[in-house]
Amino acid sequence: MEIQDIQGETYKVTCEAATGTVNFQGWLRLEGMAEYEPIVDLLNKVTANATPKITLNLKELQFLNSSGINMLSKFVIDVRKKKTIQLVVKGSDTIPWQSRSLKNLQRLMPDLKLEFE
Amino acid sequence: MTQIFGEFRENLPTEQEFLILGFSPTSVPLKLRWRNNGLSADFVADYLTTFFPVSEDEPNTKEKQAEFKGAVNYIANELLENAVKFSDETTQYPIKFGLHLFKDTRVTVVLIVTNSISAESLNKFQSLIQELINEDPAELYIRQLEKNACNDNYNSSGLGLITMKHDYLAKLGWKFETVQTEPQVVAVTTMVQLTL
Repeated sequence: MEIQDIQGETYKVTCEAATGTVNFQGWLRLEGMAEYEPIVDLLNKVTANATPKITLNLKELQFLNSSGINMLSKFVIDVRKKKTIQLVVKGSDTIPWQSRSLKNLQRLMPDLKLEFE
Repeated sequence: MTQIFGEFRENLPTEQEFLILGFSPTSVPLKLRWRNNGLSADFVADYLTTFFPVSEDEPNTKEKQAEFKGAVNYIANELLENAVKFSDETTQYPIKFGLHLFKDTRVTVVLIVTNSISAESLNKFQSLIQELINEDPAELYIRQLEKNACNDNYNSSGLGLITMKHDYLAKLGWKFETVQTEPQVVAVTTMVQLTL
């Protein structure tokens, strides 16, 4: 399935379908869950591709507001419920919000692999 | 009516550093200027770095500066987003944002935002406040995420204040005041204290 990348004024979300990798870049401060819908759709398409492993690469995501944290958490819960996909989240320990908040994703899904670089 | 919840400091001293920003709904409606939230949050976080210079002799100052800049940016953005979301559109009451810096034995940054709130949002907000005050933040955080995951029909995750408390260990307080009668306008001031 062809998955369209998403480009906003301050952010970019790109997908490498072959490896099941979704790259997030920039500053994500969208207004509420409604504006996150296109990104949710992209993530759902990656899940539907039936790859055994999905990687969320957040190493260049400088900022994420709480609605964005909610979107990622919802995705993690969806993947957890499927029980067939291994989820890897790559973060950067030089981006402050990531060292504060990413560990919470692991509390939602203990099998989630969290890698900081 | 005046009601105070949580850790709220009245009469913040102005002899130390402070910054006040105001957003009036009269020129462009508040909800149509969402990007102002991020611009203002970036500005106040960057502005604060002046008071925490990086010293080449102390390598950890650079890391510390980046960490509090990130924390102030996140919290300021969440406070402004909430203020815009919950402002009562039927009033012309402006949003006021303030930042205060106190240096004594430790450094405290106080972020405050005042906005009007509709009667409809008021009760819901006060019950979230009760949860924030009375419950374990870690449990509340996970419960809220699991609850949000089952519900697609909402536009407010309720997560902003919980993350401030859970991820940034901030102290939170609120003051509700009736600022106008006939028609009644209630304003809420949210105060976030961050010790660096």
